Amino acid sequence: MVTPEQLKIWIESGFEGADVNVEGDGHHFEAVIIAEEFTGKSRIARHQLVYAALGDKMKAEVHALSMKTLTPEEHQAA
Amino acid sequence: MSDTDTSSAEAQEQPDMQEQIKQTVTDNDIVLFMKGNANFPQCGFSGKAIQILQTLKADFVTVDVLSNDAVREGIKVYSNWPTIPQLYVKGEFLGGSDIMTEMYESGELKQTVSDQAS
Repeated sequence: MVTPEQLKIWIESGFEGADVNVEGDGHHFEAVIIAEEFTGKSRIARHQLVYAALGDKMKAEVHALSMKTLTPEEHQAA
Repeated sequence: MSDTDTSSAEAQEQPDMQEQIKQTVTDNDIVLFMKGNANFPQCGFSGKAIQILQTLKADFVTVDVLSNDAVREGIKVYSNWPTIPQLYVKGEFLGGSDIMTEMYESGELKQTVSDQAS
């Protein structure tokens, strides 16, 4: 079963210097990802970047992943 | 290990599925690909998506991906998005229940959905 820490590492591997934290019960996960790469991107594009970082792991082990994807600026403003 | 024949058969079948999906999202203004149906959503995220659309009194159709594996896999290829539900408005993929919730809370979804009604 996947742990939040494992998922955090997988997501971080796709984003240089991103701030990622993940909570979850092994099947349903909630991630907050703050990354420069999101700048100027639509919500869908941001989520697709995360799914790309997860690759096949997303299909096999992660049934449901809710995400908040923010740029550093958006995070400060929030 | 499926031999090459079946995989090429699957490949032939796949473009028809992509065509079928395209037709569905073009013929209907608002389409929700979900697990189950509006009365019996079979997954919390699909249920949330239905709740939002019903609250907005949207005029939408649903496609139950659980009743057809080819649709369930085909829709993920079509949108390059690995999860269900998936919302389409005017043929455009808007997102899953996460993005629907964010757009609903920001009022953006009401705008998008009511544009279809008028």
